[in-house]
Order: sequence, then C-alpha cells, then structure tokens
Amino acid sequence: MATRTRYAPDRGLTVRMTVTMFLLGLVFVAFVAAIIGVCVASHQSAAFIVVIALVFGGGSAFISLFYSDKIALAAAGAREVSPQEAPELHGIVDRLCALADMDKPRVAIAPTSMPNAFATGRNSKNSVLCVTQGLLSSQLGLTKDELEGVLAHELSHVAHKDVQVMTVASLLAIVAGLLVRFAFYSELFGGGRRSNNQNALPIIAIIMVVSVVVYAVSFLLIRVLSRYRELAADRSGALLTGQPLALASALQKVSGRMSRIPNQDLRAAEPLNAFYFAPAMPLNDGSGRGNGNGPGSLSALFSTHPSLDKRIEQLEKIQQQLNEVSPGSGAKGLH
Amino acid sequence: MGFLDVLLGRTKPVQPKLDDLFALPSAAIQLQAATGFTPTGSGSVCFRAVEGKTFADIQKEVRELLDTDNSRPGGAGGLPVEVTKDSFGYTWLISNHLSDEVDTLVTDLHAVNSALVDNGFGPQLLCTLVAFTDENHRRMALVYLYKRGTFYPFAPLNGAGGAGGAGQNRDNALELQIKGVLSEDLKIEPDLSKWMALWGAPGL
Repeated sequence: MATRTRYAPDRGLTVRMTVTMFLLGLVFVAFVAAIIGVCVASHQSAAFIVVIALVFGGGSAFISLFYSDKIALAAAGAREVSPQEAPELHGIVDRLCALADMDKPRVAIAPTSMPNAFATGRNSKNSVLCVTQGLLSSQLGLTKDELEGVLAHELSHVAHKDVQVMTVASLLAIVAGLLVRFAFYSELFGGGRRSNNQNALPIIAIIMVVSVVVYAVSFLLIRVLSRYRELAADRSGALLTGQPLALASALQKVSGRMSRIPNQDLRAAEPLNAFYFAPAMPLNDGSGRGNGNGPGSLSALFSTHPSLDKRIEQLEKIQQQLNEVSPGSGAKGLH
Repeated sequence: MGFLDVLLGRTKPVQPKLDDLFALPSAAIQLQAATGFTPTGSGSVCFRAVEGKTFADIQKEVRELLDTDNSRPGGAGGLPVEVTKDSFGYTWLISNHLSDEVDTLVTDLHAVNSALVDNGFGPQLLCTLVAFTDENHRRMALVYLYKRGTFYPFAPLNGAGGAGGAGQNRDNALELQIKGVLSEDLKIEPDLSKWMALWGAPGL
C-alpha cells in the first residue's frame, strides 16, 4: 500500500463508455462492409458517390477539427482576454492547470448574457476555454468556488481531448448523412442518364436506406457518448478542485437560469451545444423543467448532456468518496 | 495521458513530486553569494483544501504537529504556524523561522507535504513558496511546483511609486537573472508559461 488513493476511477462509467464506443465502431464496420458490398455488386457510379461522400465528410470533419477553436470563438462572438484584462479568471485557470499539470489554454469571454462555458481546440496547445459574460455576472451570483468548478469541468474536457474524440465519433454520421443527400440527388437528376441500366435505381436506394439507418443509430450512440463524457468531465473536474458540491451548486444555478432565457438566444447557441457546460437548448424545453429529464423519456435519449439529477447524484457520490477516513476501500463502494 | 485514458475520459490525479524540494537549502546559499538575496525565513505550502471534515481534520493535525515542533531549541521562542485562505480558495500553511534556518524550514514544509500525501490528498498540493529579500528590500520568492518537481522565481514589483494600484507587474529581468544563477543548483521550470503569478501570496 505505497500509494493510497481517494481518486478511484468509476468502473461503471468506463464500462458504459467502452460499450458505446464499441457499438459505434461496430456500426462503422457494418456500414463500410455494406457499402463495399453494394459497390462490388454495382458499377462505378455508386462507388463514386461513396468516395465523394467520404472525401467531403472527412474533409469537413478535419477542417472543423483543425479550426475548432476559431470556429467556436467566432460562432460565440467571443474575444480572447489577457491576464491583465481578466486577472481573476486567469488566476483560477493558472492554478487549476498547475494542479493538473497541464498546458494552460487560452482564455476568452463571450458577450452573451446566457451563463455558460465551453472549451475547444484540436490539441492542448491550441485549445481555448471560453466563458460567457453571463457566467461571470453578479446576477447569476456564482461564488469563486463554483466558478472554479465550472472551469475545472471545461479543463477536463480539454484533458480528455473531447473535441477530437467527438469529431472522430461523428465522422460516421456526417458521411452517412452526406450519402443520403448525394444518393437522393443522383436519383433525382441522374436517373434519366442511366435509364439504360436497370440496376442503378435499386442500388442507390439501398445505399440510401443503409445510410439512413446508420445515421440514426450513430446519432443516438454519439448522444450517449456525449452524455458519458460530460459525466467524466464532471468527475475529473470535481476531483481536481476537491469541491464536488461547489460544482453541483454551480450546475444548479446555471441550469436554473438557463430555462428562464428566451428561446431565440438559445437556438442561436444550439450549434455549440455539445461543447457547453450545460445544454443551451434542452429538448423538453416547453415543460419549464430545464434539463431535468425523466429517466425514460425520449428527450433524455437525444440529449447531449445527462440530466441535472444524474450529474448531481454523481458529484455527491464523489464527495463521499473523498471523505472516506480510510481510502482504498472506496473502490468497493462504487459497485 | 495515455491513449486509453483519452478514449475513456479519465484523468489520473497527478501525484506530487516531493524530493526535489530538498535542493533548496544549498541553492539558497548560492543565491545569496551571487545576488545578495537572503531567505526571510518564511515559507509556505499552498494546497486546495477538499470539502468536508476528513480534510479539515488532517489540516488541523498538521498544524498542531508543526506548532509543537516549533518550540525546539534554537527556534527563538517558536513562531506559530499560520493558516490563511487566499482569494482563490487555496489554503496556505505558513511556517516562520530565522533567516539562517532554511534547512528546518524545508523540513517543516516537507512535513506538511508528507502528511497530505500519506492521507491520500497528494493531488491537492499546488506549490511551495520560500521568500527571499535583499538589502534594497526587493522581495522575491522561489516557488516549487509539486506536480512538475521544478522551481521558478517570482518577483512582484510593488514599489510605492510604480505601476499604479491595479497594475500588477513582475520584475522579469530579476526573475531571469535568478534563473541563470540557479540553473545549476535547482531544476528550473523550462516552460515560462508555467511561471504562474502568485499575487498577494502570504509571506511575500
């Protein structure tokens, strides 16, 4: 027992995440196999469509990954701030990075009244941590500990390379989506030219059906993965600061405020949803319950973030774990 | 972080490196010879306290340990250990000694470190700071980063006439000079972006 640890990994979460990623990989392999099968059985034009979709999908994913920091900052209208402009924010990030022994990301502030934060960037050197004006406002009233919790959550996203992982994970959905579109257009406009070939139409239709199915399945799996990664970031962030309950109360404050914000703002923010600290646009918007999704509801299935209850429950568990008098037995309690 | 950790969204809490701290006493002598900076005898350990009673108990124990320890002979009556919390929520345990007692100071600081590590709170350690001053009353601190096992100098400029109230400036020239002087004796943090500013650090 040379090193005792209070920071036991959550095996349940690890297993669930592994299974999700395995399923995504499985869908990917099945998709490629189906497309190759179809192409072998057909002529070049179908293969051509697939190649085009791969090039476009891969290209757009690569570009969005490479410029993720700039794209996200521009979409949020955020501006990078120097340590002189925001000494407090930089001070917190400095300390957290020293605690976690990681490179310090750039820090930016977005002039939005909606309280939120996101982190993005293709690698640790190029990542940006962005908070909105609303998160820092006295109206929201986050204490320094709570703000630190939010920033630690975002830094964990950077450390976990979530932007890279999610880009790769969504590549499949992007390609499948493009294939549906290309196949649809080629059926519309190319149908006349290939009227001499009786095979063309069903093959395009098969590709379309396969792509629709793959798109739907991978979309759901990506959402599942996104929720697990949020939980993982909550967990790492809470362990980093040692203040899980401060993060929990920040979550409550931020999501409580979120549901009171008019819809238009939120829709504009939706493209950034997956990177946010708390979802800007919960799907069960009308209920007024914010993102407190019921466990079995459809919206819980589609949501990029886990329910508030689930996140807070996890943080309370971490709090207990950190306070065990004799660490090491903590792993047992997790099962 | 390994590839698997990235895939699974895990971060292993970073354990502190403690041993390199003991290079400090000999470096202090070298520093005095080369630049005239002498230790003030004050040093502190900075850590992020964990919510809850377990950590509070450990913190209390450490404090009592150091307080009783301070009544040892030669310690001029034994100054008590101070505990303060800075505006960022980090706790500073400050140990005061005579300026020629860098050895015992480092031993004290190490006692704090090992108490936290033994109780499984090693990842909460942020840095240790040992204060120096010269005859012109310039102040400077050597900061030890636990997670990297490296030192860096931090020299705040807080002259009465300088820079205005809000302007917090560092004497970068002095810091780089000290880096040059000590690069043989201490592991100096090579990445300058990790030379974190510690404004208002107690003991400075």
